[in-house]
Amino acid sequence: MNGSLTDGPLPKKILSPHLIVIWLFLLSLPLWLLAIGGYYSIVTQVLILGLAAMALNYLLGFTGVLSFGHAAYFGLGAYGCGLTIKFIAASTPLGILVGVMVGTIAGALIGALIVRLRGVYFAMVTIAFSQVFYFIAFRWNSVTGGDDGLGGFERRPIDLFGFTIDIQHNQMLFYYFVLLLVALGVGAMGLLLRSPLGRAQLAIRENERRARFLGLNIERHIWIAWVISCGFTSLAGALYALLDNFADPRLLYWTFSGDLVIMTVLGGMRSFWGPMLGAALFVILRDTVSSHTENWMSFIGLFFVLVVLFFPRGVLGMLQRRKGG
Amino acid sequence: MTQLILFNLFNGLVIGAFYALMALGLSLILNLSGVINFSHGGFLTLGGYLAFTLAPWIGFWGALLVAPLLTAALGCLIEPLLIRRLYGRDPLYSLLLTFGLAFIFEDGIRTIWGPQGLPLTVPPILAQPLSHTLFFLTGYRVFMVAIVAAVVAGLFLVLRYTKLGLRIRAGTFDLETVSVLGVNIRVLRLMNFGLGIYLAGLAGVLAAGMLGLLPTLGGSLIMPSFVAIIVGGLGSLPGTLIGGLLIGTASGLVTVFLPSASEAVIYVIMGVVLLVRPRGLLGEEGRL
Repeated sequence: MNGSLTDGPLPKKILSPHLIVIWLFLLSLPLWLLAIGGYYSIVTQVLILGLAAMALNYLLGFTGVLSFGHAAYFGLGAYGCGLTIKFIAASTPLGILVGVMVGTIAGALIGALIVRLRGVYFAMVTIAFSQVFYFIAFRWNSVTGGDDGLGGFERRPIDLFGFTIDIQHNQMLFYYFVLLLVALGVGAMGLLLRSPLGRAQLAIRENERRARFLGLNIERHIWIAWVISCGFTSLAGALYALLDNFADPRLLYWTFSGDLVIMTVLGGMRSFWGPMLGAALFVILRDTVSSHTENWMSFIGLFFVLVVLFFPRGVLGMLQRRKGG
Repeated sequence: MTQLILFNLFNGLVIGAFYALMALGLSLILNLSGVINFSHGGFLTLGGYLAFTLAPWIGFWGALLVAPLLTAALGCLIEPLLIRRLYGRDPLYSLLLTFGLAFIFEDGIRTIWGPQGLPLTVPPILAQPLSHTLFFLTGYRVFMVAIVAAVVAGLFLVLRYTKLGLRIRAGTFDLETVSVLGVNIRVLRLMNFGLGIYLAGLAGVLAAGMLGLLPTLGGSLIMPSFVAIIVGGLGSLPGTLIGGLLIGTASGLVTVFLPSASEAVIYVIMGVVLLVRPRGLLGEEGRL
């Protein structure tokens, strides 16, 4: 196990070679994406889901807290953003801001109820709580659109110092817009993990009892990690609503929480970038399978089973292990 | 108005009995093996569909007897193949694997029996109302509550007075010691899993008679069952029973006054319980 704190899964230097490669790849993507037959919508989707999975991994992999209900905060971000643009003001930044605030506040309130629970119990409660928001979105037809989802809003161009950045119609600009926000989110999480707060979280993950004996306030640290995670998850949710100009109640359903967890596990829970890779693999797999067979649910289900049985460390986890001998 | 309240209250009690039956099975498996069985709803649905297929041959009563046993038999096949590999691992993996199983169940059932709803015909003697003034007391509903009560009583008697029950209860506290004392815990976990799945299959047959069959039947019942366990308290079967009945009747009562909140109310109850008593109504201290 990659246990020691100084030698952990995070690179020591902020700018390591593999980080430069990752960012060059993401920044140059529009140059060659269309040439290899890719679509903006799908890579933007991967970026957004990757951010959500990385935010979830902030809890799963780096604090050791098992949340199986992150669909709630993703969905709240999406609905918060969509409803703001539709009913309050047609402004993209305001929509994102409100989406993030709604998700984060809900996370803070629910987090306060559950920080004392652990393990299986924590997982069950997080799953169950996420259902409340699903039923609200599902039943409150007049506002949320109910089962049909929330449509009728569009992301707006951004005005910046007199320039207009048309992310509404130019898909490439929207990709870069999402990339910027994802970069900010990922960078913030990376810095947080290097801070004393992040180190305390790793200590809790490795040995909660010992961390408690060292005088750490475990409940408060878990609550802070939970709120941070919910915040970035709802940022991803808000961006997701902008991607399709649509918020789907199924984003709040518990099966979507499972999707986020499998992305995280698939990429590698103990690596910082693993969940982003997991999101890419998951989206590619789901799109391929669902375009070939009606029984895509069985394949996805089988995939879950196989990952658990044969691939529990995920792709990057296996690579790291191989490198480490 | 009184009629309406009574109707919904009784309806809620019936639904609560489902939740309780399903949650008791989940609880059994969770307590002994630490596995949250997401696929429990899949087994439940399968039980209902098996009854639907068997009923023309062996009648409703035969199906009520046989379908849950067949479901449990499938459970006893899946446990050594898949579930056993999860014991002792991070609960994350048990969640993911059974989650995948739930998908396979739902999709498999849709492929075999089709996406449209199917009815499970109950014998005419059960379909009649028992009383003209209290029209909602159909024989089937009363029968359901009675059968759930009988099964739950049977379950508690088995756990209290048989050797198997004693071992399950002991294993819930300390499985390692039970193993050291010479009990084959592989077999114990297998039988316990089968017992839990039997309850799911039975709930499936009963639910099919009242709600009809849809591939998503189990998926819609699983979350309330989780809530029943959380409200009742982890590790306490009587707590699970009370939790199930409580959220069922509460949901029925709310249907009268605010139908759109009938699902959300059970999560509100859960929130209140967690706020006031984090270990659940009958949960033991230190077993969070």
